[in-house]
Amino acid sequence: MNRRDILRRSAAAGLLATPAAGLLAGCATGGGDKDDTETYKGTKSADNPLGVKEDAPLEVVIFGGGFGEEYAKAHEAMYTEKYPKAKIKHSATQEISKTLQPRFVDGTPPDVVNNSGAGQIDFNGLVSQNAIADLGELLAAPSLDVPGKTVKDTLLPGAVEVGSYDGKFLVLNYTYTAYGIWYSDKLFTERKWEYAKTWDDHIALCKQIKAAGIAPWTYAGLHPRYMSWPVIATAIKLGGPSVATAIDNLEPNAWKSEPMRTAADAWHQIVKDKFILEGSPGLDHKQSQTAWCQGKAAFISCGSWLESEQKDVTPAGFNMTIAPTPSLGSGDKLPYEAIRGTAGEPFMVPAKARNVAGGLEYFRTMLSRKGAQDFTKKVASLTVVAGATEGVELPYGLTSVVKALDASGANGFNWVYNNYYRKLERNLVDAACGEFFSGRIGPAEFLEQCQKGADSIAQDSSIKKYKRAA
Amino acid sequence: MKHGKWPLIVTFLVPPVLLYVVFVVSPYLQAFQISTTDWLGYSADANPVGLANFKALWHDDYVWNALKNNAILLALVPVLTIVLGLFFATMLALGGRKGRAGVTGVRGGALYRTVYFFPQVLSVVIIALLWKEVYHPNKGLLTASLHGLGLPAPTWLGDPATAFWCVLAVMVWSNVGFYVVLFGAAMSAVPKEIYEAVLLDGASRFTTLRRVTLPLLWDTVQVAWVYLAIFALDGFILVQLMTNGGPNFSTDVIGVRMYDTAFGSETKFGYASAIGVVMFFLTLSVAVLSLRVGRRDRIEYS
Repeated sequence: MNRRDILRRSAAAGLLATPAAGLLAGCATGGGDKDDTETYKGTKSADNPLGVKEDAPLEVVIFGGGFGEEYAKAHEAMYTEKYPKAKIKHSATQEISKTLQPRFVDGTPPDVVNNSGAGQIDFNGLVSQNAIADLGELLAAPSLDVPGKTVKDTLLPGAVEVGSYDGKFLVLNYTYTAYGIWYSDKLFTERKWEYAKTWDDHIALCKQIKAAGIAPWTYAGLHPRYMSWPVIATAIKLGGPSVATAIDNLEPNAWKSEPMRTAADAWHQIVKDKFILEGSPGLDHKQSQTAWCQGKAAFISCGSWLESEQKDVTPAGFNMTIAPTPSLGSGDKLPYEAIRGTAGEPFMVPAKARNVAGGLEYFRTMLSRKGAQDFTKKVASLTVVAGATEGVELPYGLTSVVKALDASGANGFNWVYNNYYRKLERNLVDAACGEFFSGRIGPAEFLEQCQKGADSIAQDSSIKKYKRAA
Repeated sequence: MKHGKWPLIVTFLVPPVLLYVVFVVSPYLQAFQISTTDWLGYSADANPVGLANFKALWHDDYVWNALKNNAILLALVPVLTIVLGLFFATMLALGGRKGRAGVTGVRGGALYRTVYFFPQVLSVVIIALLWKEVYHPNKGLLTASLHGLGLPAPTWLGDPATAFWCVLAVMVWSNVGFYVVLFGAAMSAVPKEIYEAVLLDGASRFTTLRRVTLPLLWDTVQVAWVYLAIFALDGFILVQLMTNGGPNFSTDVIGVRMYDTAFGSETKFGYASAIGVVMFFLTLSVAVLSLRVGRRDRIEYS
């Protein structure tokens, strides 16, 4: 056998090692449901409404992302203050799905999971497999440090609904996020521009901005779904929240409703008039946000995490400010101030966790006023606990978020199809937005493509469907 | 048989084979089994569904789209890489012969070889991020150079018309260096006398490459072909990091489809395993075919 034979044979062996087919199976199989494992249960009392066994260990797994893990350690310290005999096992990872998947299959998941980040586990999958514990009991329990109120009473509007599947509250979304259009207050003051409240004024302002040599808009061209948010928000403000429920419930032609059509037509204007920074379709979210921070574009669509995400590159005194989408006209069902606010940063207690009561009690600690204030101080993000920002000094952008949410009040709206059917937003609507905002397709085709995506989800019998009431 | 041979064989052969069976072969077999279930990956519940996943695959436009892209990669990446690799290797080994008596490479061949090999030293992740910046539509090297020359530049990764070709170019770029070195090594094993004879006969460089070098290197080229074909059917890391299959699925490949189905936008492990099984058979057939088709008589010269 000569050298070439060896090469040839190693090539054939390479075959068996190269493609990733085997890896999937290698991730996790085997194991089984172990119903015989002991679960920890204590006796319920006024002081211990969830029935925590006070010496039961608690395991917490945190997503080690933008918020870090220090906040969780603080919450854990608060927990052990109340239950000194409980031993807490803390860990943080960026790969929640890959780390925990074998443990879910094996039936030995941790007690608290912060299921977030790019490696997040798809909730549709988890919920349809009954892998998450019902948090209903937590909502009914009295608040830890607000006398006379249940945990549910202390939460901001929309916090429960976004974590609910078929009426069951399963996922605690801990942060409160507003989605809107961002601009630099400094730039606008310098140029004597004023944020436009109606669409016609917005277009007029865009003209002015373009004439000043700045691109009015930029967006994350490689994640174009960021632009679906202002389009849907505009449609909801025109047609009312039922526009969103129709989309969430996968109703036929929900994407092609009259308000959606009017909104898409309106937004097409910024494409037609070339109000978008050249090259935006090729930028990812960080690149487009950085171009915006450098003053190359005036507007960008994002959630309230923008400020902390851009912390390192934002020039001093940039004063980023969030604003609602402009109203289309006097026919709008919701006022201009209405803004999309929703709970984010999901936490869950796995159904097969050994210390379910401890997990719920840990959430009660997080949702106490003390726990929430500590979080806001540490990571500069709002929580779902109402009024927990009192007495906490917030950065400029977050202050504008609080103001916008206050002004929006009961008119706030939200949609959840992206939680129900991750694929629909992440893949299908995303692709349609990319085509639409780069000008390759018009508004009618855009909605057609979104609808086609929604229909494909509706017809896929392997995906569990959820419905929500208006 | 020499005394004490068996213990040696058992010690050195059984553990690795066992490890291979446990960590490579058994996951593959399990993947086949999982592909016939509706397993969603986060509980132990999985119901057998027979070939339903494969039937769904057959009707999945996104999978076909990804396969189409893989087919284009399969047709172009190996050819381009091997042609470029052969060209550079020839230049390095024989390019400098004009005006001299002997057969030598171009001046500074060692430096070129190092430069060509450079991408091979970098991790694929770094290559992907590096090129993402080169393709930056406003301040990227490529766009800036074109603008500097007064030419218009496309948005590269942001346009379905260009994104795929941009990724393909990076695939070729990152591979060529390795094959330059591989072919170079094979060429240095070819006796100089052959080239000197060809030179005396007055053959052109192209004829030399086609009629002498290529036949002598055939086995090596064939191995390169198989490796590159496997690479083209995968292409996962570069695509996932540079475009994640977008815009509008224009750069999607089958590996990204599988990853996305299992860990990305859905958690359908049964379905993803079915995609994996299809990938396995595609790769296997491509490799077997190219080994069979390319079989020739070996030339012995040593």
